[in-house]
Amino acid sequence: MTNPILTISNLTKRFGGNAAVSSINLDVMRKETMAIIGPNGAGKTTFYNMVSGRMQPSEGNITLDGKNITGLPPHKISKLGISRSFQINNIFPEMTVQENVEVVLSAYHGHSRKLFNIASRNTGIQQEAVELLKRLGVDSLKDQRAEVISYGDKRLLEIAMVLATRPKLVLLDEPTAGMTPEETRRTTRLIKSLANSGDYTFLITEHDMDVVFDLADRILVMHRGEKLFAGTPAEVKSHPEVRRAYLGEEEDEVTEETGA
Amino acid sequence: MKIKILWALLTLVIAGLIAVPWIASYFYIFIFTEILILGLFAASFNLIFGYTGMLSFGHAAFFGIGSYAMALVLIYLEWPFVVGLLVSMGVSALLALIIGFFCVRLNEVYFAMLTLAFGMMVFAIAYQWRSVTNGSDGLAGFSLGSFGLGLDLTLANPAVYYHVVLAIVVIASAVLYLVCRSSFGMILRAIRQNPERVSFAGLNVRTYRLVAFVIAGSFAGLAGGLIAPFLRVASPELLHWSMSAEPILMAILGGTGYFLGPFVGSAVFVLLETWITSFTESWMLVLGIILALMVIFFRKGLLGTVLDWWMEIKK
Repeated sequence: MTNPILTISNLTKRFGGNAAVSSINLDVMRKETMAIIGPNGAGKTTFYNMVSGRMQPSEGNITLDGKNITGLPPHKISKLGISRSFQINNIFPEMTVQENVEVVLSAYHGHSRKLFNIASRNTGIQQEAVELLKRLGVDSLKDQRAEVISYGDKRLLEIAMVLATRPKLVLLDEPTAGMTPEETRRTTRLIKSLANSGDYTFLITEHDMDVVFDLADRILVMHRGEKLFAGTPAEVKSHPEVRRAYLGEEEDEVTEETGA
Repeated sequence: MKIKILWALLTLVIAGLIAVPWIASYFYIFIFTEILILGLFAASFNLIFGYTGMLSFGHAAFFGIGSYAMALVLIYLEWPFVVGLLVSMGVSALLALIIGFFCVRLNEVYFAMLTLAFGMMVFAIAYQWRSVTNGSDGLAGFSLGSFGLGLDLTLANPAVYYHVVLAIVVIASAVLYLVCRSSFGMILRAIRQNPERVSFAGLNVRTYRLVAFVIAGSFAGLAGGLIAPFLRVASPELLHWSMSAEPILMAILGGTGYFLGPFVGSAVFVLLETWITSFTESWMLVLGIILALMVIFFRKGLLGTVLDWWMEIKK
């Protein structure tokens, strides 16, 4: 828990004149679960896109486990140990659930370079895929085409794919968005057990505050691209500015403030 | 069970193809030779189109270059036929590496346009570099020497040539099929469905697309190496952009989602062309109507539609 796995310094992304993310400094510690909160447009997804290589930062540095990964393409960052999910389901719709995971496992194990093996007889990868699906509780769906399973199951499948590269750092982008309350509870429980297993370091963006306070060891609060505050859930709960801005502080207090 | 029936059917089809010279006229030996060669051309195209999701409008460049390479080998070097085929594949693979290097950086319509542009450039070079390519007349007047590998075959005999083509197309297709079934092939299918997810799984999508492009190019070159001795000429038409449209049409007619789809498409295309042109000039009109119907009503192509229907009724 002592040395950070991810160090971010002065990270900035500008689109034209607007800074979507501006001068973020952050350390993510090994095996912790950190949540990023903030309203729509706070810059959470832009932040993710820079850390995962989908966007080039305008300024600043990202260091993973001592390696500078700033501006590297996604496939290199993935190989170095960061794996991410997306807000919108990002799977292989025409393949079976199991094949979806097998694709990522083949990539991870370097089987993807094999031109003359028979993918459907790769028992090692198949077993590993089923185990991962079991871990997410969706192994009963393994032979279904991925496009026909429920929305919530697709999100769980995507988490299985994200974990398949054995990442040092897992970025989940609103894992429970669009889920039913029951699915949300199930997913939160799953992520919690994965986090408790000590195998993963999680960075999670989430709108559902119950989920955030349930999962996070620490919370980063973003506002208009800037870091408003970072601290433990208790600190965040008691931080006056954060309360006012995001935590549904009583209506009258808010109006009082703005009216004053 | 059903898979076994399909394999049995395929064996029957190949047995039937082997028997063609003994049961059909010379005319149909020529027709079937053409079907096989164009089928291989279309199957090579489908590796990048149906499997990887890249619509190339320049695939004839590799087919045509393969045919020129074969003609040049036969005219100037008089090497054995099989060596000529290997040269055709090698030259096409090299050209595909160069063209692909630029094209795989682009997506969708930009990729298609750049492949078209390169295809036009290759055509223009072949058309105008008279000292090597003999311009619009193309390279003709070569004679077929030995086959190579110590086999004593009279390649000039159409029936023999048909059997040689059949053997090579079956072997080449088996290799292509293995590539499609491999882990690499699985990644190609994944790239077609969601390239971004593949790159976030740690793979450089461009590299995979380039490798697929080169493999497809080399097999198109092999088909080109087979067509030159068959037509007795390597001419600029084989490189023309309209030739690039043929594998697209064949793959869609037969079914892009199935390995054998392009072969079925090639058979339908060549046979319909032969029959329809024998009683009307408007082959293109008929082809256009068939294609429109396929795209509107039978997206999975002829083979795909039949297989789906068969899987449904015999459950």
